[in-house]
Amino acid sequence: MTTFLQQLVNGLSLGSIYALIALGYTMVYGVLRLINFAHGDVYMVGAYVGYYLSRRLQGKEPSLPNAILVMLGAMAACAIFGLLIERLAYRPVRRASRLTLLITAIGVSLFIENAAQLVFGPDPKFFPSLAPHAEFMVAGVRLTSEQITVIVVSFMLMILLRFFIQKTRTGKAMRAVSFNLDAAKLMGISTDRIIATTFAVGSALAAAAGVLIGMQIPKIDPLMGILYGLKAFVAAVLGGIGNVPGAVLGGLLIGTSEVMVVGYLSSTYRDAIAFGILILVLILRPQGILGRVTKEKV
Amino acid sequence: MALLELSGVTMRFGGLVAVNELNLNIEPGHLYGLIGPNGAGKTTVFNVITGVYTPTSGAIRFDGSDIAGERSGRITRRGIARTFQNIRLFSDMTVLENVKVAFHCRQEATVASAMLRTRTHAAEEKRVERESLELLKIFSLDGLAGEKARNLPYGSQRRLEIARAMATTPRILLLDEPAAGMNPHESIQLMDLIRWVRDRFGMAVLLVEHNMKVVMGICETVHVLDYGSTIAIGKPAEIQRDPKVIEAYLGGA
Amino acid sequence: MKGALWAAGFVGVLLLLNGLFTGTLVPGVAMPPYVLQVLCLAGINVILAVSLNLINGFTGQFSIGHAGFMAIGAYASAYVTVAWGDRFRAATGFLPEFARDGALLLFALAVGALLAAVAGFFVGVPSLRLRGDYLAIVTLGFGEIIRVFILNIDAVGGARGYSGIPKLANFFWIYLFAGITVLVVSRTVNSSFGRTLIAIREDEIAAEAMGVDTTRSKVVSFVLSSAMAGVGGGLFGHYLMYLHTNSFTFIKSIEIIIMIVIGGLGSITGSVLGAVLYIALTEGLREFSQYRMVLFSLLLVIIMIVRPQGILGHHEFRELFGRRRRAPVDPAPLPPAPGS
Repeated sequence: MTTFLQQLVNGLSLGSIYALIALGYTMVYGVLRLINFAHGDVYMVGAYVGYYLSRRLQGKEPSLPNAILVMLGAMAACAIFGLLIERLAYRPVRRASRLTLLITAIGVSLFIENAAQLVFGPDPKFFPSLAPHAEFMVAGVRLTSEQITVIVVSFMLMILLRFFIQKTRTGKAMRAVSFNLDAAKLMGISTDRIIATTFAVGSALAAAAGVLIGMQIPKIDPLMGILYGLKAFVAAVLGGIGNVPGAVLGGLLIGTSEVMVVGYLSSTYRDAIAFGILILVLILRPQGILGRVTKEKV
Repeated sequence: MALLELSGVTMRFGGLVAVNELNLNIEPGHLYGLIGPNGAGKTTVFNVITGVYTPTSGAIRFDGSDIAGERSGRITRRGIARTFQNIRLFSDMTVLENVKVAFHCRQEATVASAMLRTRTHAAEEKRVERESLELLKIFSLDGLAGEKARNLPYGSQRRLEIARAMATTPRILLLDEPAAGMNPHESIQLMDLIRWVRDRFGMAVLLVEHNMKVVMGICETVHVLDYGSTIAIGKPAEIQRDPKVIEAYLGGA
Repeated sequence: MKGALWAAGFVGVLLLLNGLFTGTLVPGVAMPPYVLQVLCLAGINVILAVSLNLINGFTGQFSIGHAGFMAIGAYASAYVTVAWGDRFRAATGFLPEFARDGALLLFALAVGALLAAVAGFFVGVPSLRLRGDYLAIVTLGFGEIIRVFILNIDAVGGARGYSGIPKLANFFWIYLFAGITVLVVSRTVNSSFGRTLIAIREDEIAAEAMGVDTTRSKVVSFVLSSAMAGVGGGLFGHYLMYLHTNSFTFIKSIEIIIMIVIGGLGSITGSVLGAVLYIALTEGLREFSQYRMVLFSLLLVIIMIVRPQGILGHHEFRELFGRRRRAPVDPAPLPPAPGS
């Protein structure tokens, strides 16, 4: 039983990371019907920004204010990065066919990954520790301070996001755009600005995930975005792509199932489980758990 | 027994009832008009008959067989063809190719024979080419046979849609607003064309139209829908006098 | 009979070129081995690109799993040669020496193509019901699953790779099959069946409404495409004599997509062009191999923004000759209806 609880906690921690990244995928898909392949790479850039920032602040004792600074810095940097991607690569093709959008996204993703390998160097780097490490034993389950941080920060951000989407005008505009872009435009909503905001917010969340992961698993490399991005994407699809609570649900489910499979079956299938779930979802219930079926009007 | 029978057909989208308990019978060679204000559910009826939607309840029988819920392709192969309200041509294909595609379901050719270029394949291709051009000639489109469909003027595109639908050799043709965008002269020609097609090929025609001149001019039966429900069925003259219809909808004739 | 003459001529030319390039025809005359290798890999790329274009470009179904089918073809045919090669050679003892190798290769390729086709069927049937983005993701997933699956089969080398494959493929065989691939796809596309594929690409709902069995057409085209990818894979393995699953990741699938996008999605000539250009660029930029992928991905994005239809769009090379442009003209008004 304690093993199960342990796996659950580990899964929750991993799943929160996936959820944060999945939110970006789902929000962008909601407003643009675009699968932003490059999103996983934004997460990677966030981790690297966090890395370089924390290196600058190193020498002093790992402390909470520093950690927060690093987090905010990475989030801000990636928000801007996301804005750039949208403006330079996606906006020119916004009215093009879905295929063109997809290929553009793939191109952007490849570009970031390869450029990162050039700029940061292909070898993995080690994230310096930002906060003192501590471990707690609760009911036979081992909890590290990193895991607690991940879970707490993730949930704080998700609650903030929910508030933003439900209660603010911009959030409402985002929801309007995701329902019908043209109608939103006719209602006087500046769709360009809303789309840009969506990218910025999604990217900031991905950056947060990058920093959190850097704290937990100190090894970062330019290609880390591929696998995590793909799994987070599966999470978004599982929950219902375009659906914000769905992304959170999907993330937690994927994280937990991955941990369970590795714990109870074998680690060789760790990555395959996400693909397997993806295929099952798309074949059995393509709209995801919380998604709605949309019929094309003939 | 009618060629096409709808009994109690209802189509629900979530909370919205688009079509409510529809009963409709079309005999072979019948010219049947379906009218009603915008949003009355006319195109939904088309979509239900042609398999784009599966009716929430009710039965649809074609030539005695139950077709509700079958795939569009299968229903077309049975002999029900349609045009679309928003023209859906194969834009990048030529006028001739658009029509040839519709002939495919009546052909014998297999993929293997295509690859090996057998004599059967060549003969089939010749036959399809000939019949497609003949069909285009009827619609005065043979001069544009090599033109890409998207380059055609609007009126010609509408005619091409009808020609294409006819290439599937249907027993009943569903036309969704064929006169849209036509001037009075063209609409008269369309009326003549529809009558001629019915006389020559013996097919029934179910027509959705807003152009009252066309509807009252050629339809033998007129069926009026409003908010998904039937409010009148009868001959054109009766419908024109029906107070319920006048109240719900009777635009300028 | 005209067709048979052309075929014979084509085979003859290839044999001649093969002899020249490999130095077996005229002593002392040979192509530098490096250049020959690039040429051969280009030929394999042509097979992959043209076959992928059938499903992506002509049928409009976006698949990013092509590398998976290439892998199945590669490994299956390699296994046939490595495991059963001797037995096969013994059984075909009645054939002259040089023909025995060819026969073995053909047999191995056939097995590879068949298995790839079967895989194409099982992947295609559930996946092709999905639209656009979802189909892309599912095929990506299947491609990876196939790769991981092969990686875990020790009989074909597993993580160490599969070595010891005899070099049965050469310039002749590769370009023979490249020619066959172009012919097959060309004939498929220019047929009644091919028209249904293009119709599906243009408007699937309308195609269905015109009586086309869209599911069947999509699956057939997918299976055909996968089989040809399997042939490409088989030739790949028998040329390089070594296989590793790292050659068949989704990056490979994306490379093939780059080829057909550059050349033009609905154009066979375009795919050939794209395949050749891609390998030329890859080799030409070999010194800058670090920057290569950066440049390629940037190029891809720029093409999508500036000219998404690629070089040839939906056109074929022969169309550039003898095309008379006519302004669209409203035809004469309908004549009085016949019989009225």
